[in-house]
Amino acid sequence: MATYNLTINGKSLQVDADPNTPMLWVLRDHLDLVGTKFGCGIAQCGACTIHLDGNAVRSCQLPVSAVENSEITTIEGLSGEGDHPVQKAWIEHDVPQCGYCQAGQIMSAAALLKNNPTPSDEDIDNAMNGNICRCGTYTRIKAAVKTASQNL
Amino acid sequence: MFSETKKLNRRSFLKVSALAGGGMILSFNMLTGCKPEEVGNLGLPKEWFKLNGFIKIGENGLITIMSPNPEGGQNVKTSMPLLVAEELDADWENVVVEQAPLDTDNFTRQYIGGSQAIRTSWVPLRTAGATARQLLIQAAAQTWNVPSQEIKTEAGFLIHEGSGKKIHYGEVASLAATLPIPEEVPLKKISDFKLIGKSHRNVDIKNIITGKPLFGIDYKKEGMKYAMIIHAPAFGQKLKSFDAEEAKAMPGILDVFQIKSLQDDYPRTFFDTVQFTDLIAIVGESTWQVLNAKKVVKAEWELIEAYTEERDMFGRPGKREVPAGLESESTQEEKMIKASQTPNQLRRDGNPEKAFAEASRIIEKTYTAPFLVHNCMEPMNFFADVQGDQMNCAGPLQKPELTEYALSVRLGIPIENINIEMTRLGGGYGRRSYAHWLIEAAVISQKVNSPIKLIYTREDDMTDGIYRSRYQLTYRAALDENNNLTGFHVVGGGLPENPLHQNRFPAGAIDNYLAEGWDVPSNVTTGSFRAPRSNFNASAEQSFLDELAEEIGKDPIEFRLELLKKAKENPVGESNDYDPERYAGVLELVKAKSNWGIEQAGISRGVSAYFCHNSYAAQVLDLKIENGKPAILKVTNAIDCGIVINPDAAKNLCEGAVVDGIGTALFGEQIFENGVPQKKNFDTYRMIRMPEAPKVIETYFAENNIDPTGLGEPAYPPVFAALANALYKSTGERFYKQPYIHQLENQSNS
Repeated sequence: MATYNLTINGKSLQVDADPNTPMLWVLRDHLDLVGTKFGCGIAQCGACTIHLDGNAVRSCQLPVSAVENSEITTIEGLSGEGDHPVQKAWIEHDVPQCGYCQAGQIMSAAALLKNNPTPSDEDIDNAMNGNICRCGTYTRIKAAVKTASQNL
Repeated sequence: MFSETKKLNRRSFLKVSALAGGGMILSFNMLTGCKPEEVGNLGLPKEWFKLNGFIKIGENGLITIMSPNPEGGQNVKTSMPLLVAEELDADWENVVVEQAPLDTDNFTRQYIGGSQAIRTSWVPLRTAGATARQLLIQAAAQTWNVPSQEIKTEAGFLIHEGSGKKIHYGEVASLAATLPIPEEVPLKKISDFKLIGKSHRNVDIKNIITGKPLFGIDYKKEGMKYAMIIHAPAFGQKLKSFDAEEAKAMPGILDVFQIKSLQDDYPRTFFDTVQFTDLIAIVGESTWQVLNAKKVVKAEWELIEAYTEERDMFGRPGKREVPAGLESESTQEEKMIKASQTPNQLRRDGNPEKAFAEASRIIEKTYTAPFLVHNCMEPMNFFADVQGDQMNCAGPLQKPELTEYALSVRLGIPIENINIEMTRLGGGYGRRSYAHWLIEAAVISQKVNSPIKLIYTREDDMTDGIYRSRYQLTYRAALDENNNLTGFHVVGGGLPENPLHQNRFPAGAIDNYLAEGWDVPSNVTTGSFRAPRSNFNASAEQSFLDELAEEIGKDPIEFRLELLKKAKENPVGESNDYDPERYAGVLELVKAKSNWGIEQAGISRGVSAYFCHNSYAAQVLDLKIENGKPAILKVTNAIDCGIVINPDAAKNLCEGAVVDGIGTALFGEQIFENGVPQKKNFDTYRMIRMPEAPKVIETYFAENNIDPTGLGEPAYPPVFAALANALYKSTGERFYKQPYIHQLENQSNS
């Protein structure tokens, strides 16, 4: 066990954890930030996507010992009131069905638009390819990313 | 944290009682509480008045409507309360929806399954709304001293035009809650609907997109420990012994021990399916610590002997033969070939043997599909807190009231002492009908005498069973010299289940018809999977009809319409379970909306249609081959599910079914070698991803005033064949074996 000083959603937090503990479980078990979801544990489904210094990463593969000097953003910190353009577009298109994968989808989409505010269809496909939606809401996700792009 | 409803009012479906406010806030949003600004425009009331099991009204006019059923993405948490709100004449903006716990006295059929939630609640939920509205009218009539017939309601207000009086529901809710329930209350005419038929957003959308705790896996309680299980790696094996010394010494690990989920002599009910009942349980302080300890437990496994499982199938005694042995792809196939030689007759019309003997041509094709894994994105999990003879639990369940019994028997706790809170499901698709993980969680909690949350890893889930069966269907068609279809023969079978619905189309449309079935026992556990059996029947039957139409030289839609015309005007047999007119209706609708018959360069089209779960679905799929891979440009859906409650959400559900069906048809597959499931996570079990999904999905609903029928499943089965038929047009090859990806990869390699 070791103590880590983390910056999560703009706040400084201290966590006691084994150095290898993936951020996914630090967020969920230690910090009660459960919006970041467990789906596969091997970076194949994207449900655990968070931002590390603004880039989308899979938190199930990110040990707590590697992030002390980085800024972490989770779905809970993406916006103050759920009003990030991506979140607003998700509401406009009423995207979710079961909703489980959607935090990861939103985090991938927000990172895409930060780096590429006007993505092509192919750019969207490539950026979102790592996020599985078992309910099959892909057409709405894509439409919502385009709407968000227009409203940035 | 657990709703008080059950204890306060176990026997009061429509009994009225004034219920003081208080405990409600937690159960409204059980994990986080709620911020007043998220509760309609009115803020929270000081007091709630309960008008019946579904409706509470605050003195400020805010209305709470209970959503009785579990929500797993079918939109019932929005669409079921909409039915209540419609007849209540509520202002939807001032309605908050509360998820009901399992409460078999106040609610019925709290299931996800069979696409029946809206169909079976269509009258009861509207009646609950209409009854409450009548109570409010009577309360206003007493207050104003005017005849109740003179009072109108509109968007949460009571209005007396003669005197110009107008008050909101909250102002008379306390009085209404004391009045006797009216015996008979008329329901609205369809033409008077204000909410039904208009689109309303998912009531949980804000919570979903901001990452609020909604799902079972998010559940947490003070003092809660984390638990995982280890099950046998192969079907046909059971636990022999284990060594957990190293695991027990690891940081954060509290205990490692053996559990038995269901006792061997317990007659299992329909959904008590589970193969691995002897498990190793690991309990610790955090998920990560438990995960690490799980890896170092050393277990030995041994072969099972064949046995017979006693089953109680909804009151009927049943048996499941469980053979010994470690099954593999090849051994399963050998058994299937053998069993298919001696099928049982399921339906016979006319003289099919004569038709085939006299045929000038016989077309015969065989279709196969593998085991499938549900792969809910939220892995199986459950929170359980067993304390003495009390149990509180919470998590994602499709059929909580069917699980309650098994739990009660296993724990020795009376059913009335078991509280089950239903969280949102991160997908169900049939998997969460089988709640052995809840029983495992309860047994673990009982053993460690502490609240625990059991979580399966993805690998646990994918290798644990309850798969879709492995299926096969062989179709034969007899044609005379004029290409008339004179006989039809279908033989269905599976391991362990025969998929065939012998009374479905084209039964009823062909004079000489024979349906037969066979099955092979297996120790691989299987169960319900989105549109059970239909999901394969449709793919095979609609592929075969497409090929048959081509052989006969007819347009595939016209060919189906001719058969349906025959089934309508001159039906064969008496137990045909579809309505040929509505079936033809969706084909006509998809034909018009897809501009069928107008060819576009480079684009291949396939059509398919199917009836299941009381609804009709037809699809046209457009694709082209790009870089050796199918690019699906567009799918046009035509659906007849009667009255549509929440159209945009209904479209979303159909779009999802299309994507899910295409993904399953292309990639879905679990296979076994020596009893071991070969696909354990998403690196090997391929799921459809955004680039493979259709670019455009259009959905059209038949417009009618028929009472609503199912929608969660019906759009799923036909799309498999729409894809196969379009792939044939572009590749020149028919697709008989699912998943189609193997044939596509062979094509692009050759």
